[in-house]
Amino acid sequence: MTLRDLINKLLGRETSSANTARERLQLVLAHDRVDMSSLTTDLLDKMRKEILDVVAKYVEIDFEEVAVSLETEDRMTALVANLPIKRTLTGEIQFKKNKGTPKTK
Amino acid sequence: MPENTRTILICSGKGGVGKTTLTANLGIALANSGATTAVLDADFGLRNLDLLLGLENRIIYTAQDVLDKKCRLDQALVRHKKEPNLALLPAGDPRMLDWMKPEDMKQISELLGEKFDYVLVDCPAGVEDGFKNALSACKEAIVVTNPELSAVRDADRVIGILNTSDIKPIQLLINRVRPNMMANQEMLSIEDVQSILSLPLLGIVLEDEQVIISTNRGEPLTLSDGKSPAKKCYINVSQRLAGKDIPFIDPKNEGKSLKDKFMRLMQTKIF
Repeated sequence: MTLRDLINKLLGRETSSANTARERLQLVLAHDRVDMSSLTTDLLDKMRKEILDVVAKYVEIDFEEVAVSLETEDRMTALVANLPIKRTLTGEIQFKKNKGTPKTK
Repeated sequence: MPENTRTILICSGKGGVGKTTLTANLGIALANSGATTAVLDADFGLRNLDLLLGLENRIIYTAQDVLDKKCRLDQALVRHKKEPNLALLPAGDPRMLDWMKPEDMKQISELLGEKFDYVLVDCPAGVEDGFKNALSACKEAIVVTNPELSAVRDADRVIGILNTSDIKPIQLLINRVRPNMMANQEMLSIEDVQSILSLPLLGIVLEDEQVIISTNRGEPLTLSDGKSPAKKCYINVSQRLAGKDIPFIDPKNEGKSLKDKFMRLMQTKIF
């Protein structure tokens, strides 16, 4: 914090516009840099399979209901994985996480 | 015949940040230091490099004519009268129907490489075909940006594309810097821009009214005798490009008035 920031804070003034600019820029670039086109469906499929392989080592997953996708919201892109768990490999039913309406086939 | 021609792309993504002005001034400064230099205007839809150099009335042929074998390369090159080491080559004509392809640009830059130490390619704004054509002709790049949100964002896009190419090194030039605004923290600082774009810094150029005046006259600042902040910056950039170790100016320490000194005091980090 600089002397100027301190005085601004004491006087209840806004922070300098350079700070605001830097913060806005960092946010918008975080979004821009995730180039959705570089994650092709092939790559996404491969990643989905690897994630499932790892998780399946520890718990039994309901493969029918698995959903792994990229979602963009509020300038951020997130990898959202919905992996309903049937049971842990010790056999005990722990919990079942299932967001949204289950697909029926 | 120069062995290791340096073919440098001057690009920015956003328009109006000072690519063409930099190309003209850097071209003159390099030529003035004794290096044979060609400036290639790759923006043929909206070409302006000729205007900044004051050569607009002397263009007869373009690179396109050279490729079409309508003329020889040295007929298309426009030599600068006051700086004979500098020559301009417009890529094409605004009325041209067929756009050049990356191979065409590559061929032109190879032809220029046989004659010149430096080839500066003034890239069109945007990240579309014009930019990609210019890119394919170059070995290194200078990304020009201003300390402004939109310019930095667009520069980031361009850097993303350059990083997937063979171009190396990619260096950063921060143009139109206003020391007073930076000291007041009303403008992104050099450190901010550099850390966000994470490129090595080639230079800082201060905002300077003389740039507009010299454009009016068609005489790049680096050609004039007078002193001006931007002229000094351009010359520093040209020397750094040639491998000399020139210290960077600190815009925050540029102002000499009492107010500037007070503002610097206010920048003191207290915790």
